[in-house]
Amino acid sequence: MKFITEFRRSELAEGLISQIHRRSKTPVRFMEFCGGHTVTIFRYGIRQVLPPTIDMVSGPGCPICVTANADLDKAIALSQIPDIIIATFGDMLKVPGSRSSLQEVKADGADVHTVYSTMDALKIAEDNPDKSVVFLGIGFETTAPTIAASILQAEEKGLGNYYVLSLHKLCPPVIRALLDSGEVKLDGLICPGHVSAIIGSRPWEFIAQDYGISCVVSGFEPLDILQSVDMLVAQIENRESKVEIAYRRGVRPEGNQQALKLMGQVFEPCPAEWRGMGEVPDSGLKLRKEYQHFDAELAFDIVPGPCYEPAGCICGEVLRGVKTPDDCKLFGKACTPQYPVGPCMVSSEGSCSAYYLYGEGFEG
Amino acid sequence: MEKVLKDKILLAHGSGGKLAHELVEGSFLKALSNPFLAKLDDSAVIDFSGRLAFTTDSYVVSPIFFPGGDIGKLAVFGTVNDLAMAGARPLYLSLSFIIEEGLAQSELNQVVNSIQQAAREAAVEVVTGDTKVVHRGSADKLFINTAGVGIIPEGVDVSGGNARPGDKVILSGAIGDHGIAVLSQREGLSFSTQLESDCAPLGGLVAEMLAASPNIHCLRDPTRGGLATSLNELAKQSKVSIRIEEEKIPVREEVLAACEMLGFDPLYVANEGKLVAIVPAGDAEKVLKVMRANRYGKSAAIIGEVKAEHPGRVVMKTCLGASRIVDMLVGDLLPRIC
Repeated sequence: MKFITEFRRSELAEGLISQIHRRSKTPVRFMEFCGGHTVTIFRYGIRQVLPPTIDMVSGPGCPICVTANADLDKAIALSQIPDIIIATFGDMLKVPGSRSSLQEVKADGADVHTVYSTMDALKIAEDNPDKSVVFLGIGFETTAPTIAASILQAEEKGLGNYYVLSLHKLCPPVIRALLDSGEVKLDGLICPGHVSAIIGSRPWEFIAQDYGISCVVSGFEPLDILQSVDMLVAQIENRESKVEIAYRRGVRPEGNQQALKLMGQVFEPCPAEWRGMGEVPDSGLKLRKEYQHFDAELAFDIVPGPCYEPAGCICGEVLRGVKTPDDCKLFGKACTPQYPVGPCMVSSEGSCSAYYLYGEGFEG
Repeated sequence: MEKVLKDKILLAHGSGGKLAHELVEGSFLKALSNPFLAKLDDSAVIDFSGRLAFTTDSYVVSPIFFPGGDIGKLAVFGTVNDLAMAGARPLYLSLSFIIEEGLAQSELNQVVNSIQQAAREAAVEVVTGDTKVVHRGSADKLFINTAGVGIIPEGVDVSGGNARPGDKVILSGAIGDHGIAVLSQREGLSFSTQLESDCAPLGGLVAEMLAASPNIHCLRDPTRGGLATSLNELAKQSKVSIRIEEEKIPVREEVLAACEMLGFDPLYVANEGKLVAIVPAGDAEKVLKVMRANRYGKSAAIIGEVKAEHPGRVVMKTCLGASRIVDMLVGDLLPRIC
């Protein structure tokens, strides 16, 4: 089976689209939580092919976008400490903090390495014993286990110069916070695929049970999203709210036990600051006491300076699903992918970037 | 010890003295010799008549050897292709080497041999050159700067500004092979793939296309920035819009898979042996036919057409029948792939 082209076949898409049109009677609003889903939706023009009864809004599921400015400032401040190498996933480089971005401090001489996996960061630490390597731990439940694994390996190898700045975020608690705020009314939720590959589909049950919102865990190809929308429509027309998995090739109800075990061994939940949402209880991960010697925040004296939010930027509201990027006065004018003001225009999974790059609403 | 030293390029090799002569005669002349180069004069002197196409380019690819090619082959084919995209028949190249001290002589020889083979395949001659050696760290192993000249046949007028509404857009084959092949060899990012760079000389293909239709309006090789960037350049230069269809664009499954893994869009991934042609609708089928008969155009396809409205835009019909904008590449997708 071909795992990509099979999920982009237009004749299959056509069948699904007409089924959705046939079935959907009740006006509904669905949120795709995950930034990866947002990109698929815009890249393939999914909103254009759905019936007018279905209103889609994008959620806060972009780890770069939800990282608070104060945390970005910490990462940038760390890069200014002599003999520190910052290792980070590439997406972080361009994100502006209060005063500059990692890309800018790198150009000014800070030692910032882009890595594709935590194991690359460990290798940098091994190759540079006279320096300290700080990995920027940004991501959801998807990346946290690999970072936990790197910490366990560093421990095993006795690497004393490897640190993690843990800015991890957990998805279910923030969805609860979003729903409790009452700002956005939802009928269905497209649950994140990669996060669910780790945590399973069970942690989403509370959404269906407590809030009566239909949930489907989706994959990332256009047919995955269409199928998930179709399943949500079917639940709603049948007056059901439950959690279903459309992404069966990636997700099991119980998740990936081994990854969860690693994550639980190294990290424990803590409150975390989300851009636009403030502090959300139990939505972050900090290193457990036994592994605190890997914690960059404890190991270094970080002086990030005062934190500013960019004037006029509505990334926070976009992330909560209460505004869309084209509601922003800066969108496409003062804020573009070349000269981004807010993180949602920088991250490849950001809503503003997807709106801008794929021209949502472009009739031509 | 002596053997180790002998295998290394030293700063002295760029000094203009004896070692420099040894390098020129032993490495470059031996492989690339032709009457122009053999004179060892300061300039190559060439008789010309007709319209001249003249281009320059620099190659800084890392790593210098990658599946399906190396920096030398890339330098020759890349320069030749820039000439071909003006409709020219590529004739002569200059090559200028900037070498980081410590490069293995054997690696340099391997690159020079590859240049020899590439020049032969592309039917061009290297008529002048230069070598500099810089301190360790001032370059990354080897950089090559080139210039190339070619002659444009009578009646041919190919330019990025020539696209007209109604023209068809033809792509010569699957996109993204080069970028992904090079990336697969990157330190810290090795993933296994059977994929090879598509690195190829397109002068022959272009000559056959122009013989089939001298009315070809635009030619462009989608190197850095990929197909999306080339199409945007053409749309802007010609003040037209270009509409393409996602399903018509050939992309290998391996490239799609790697792109998914790395978060890239194949439309932005570099190619080194592909071209986009914008051709009057009436000539499109015959151009396509000769392309498909050439080894470098076997999977050529008409991927879209030129429209008058929304000048400067590239719009793609997705596999769901929706449409979206295809913008230029912003920033850096893959560092140093050519």
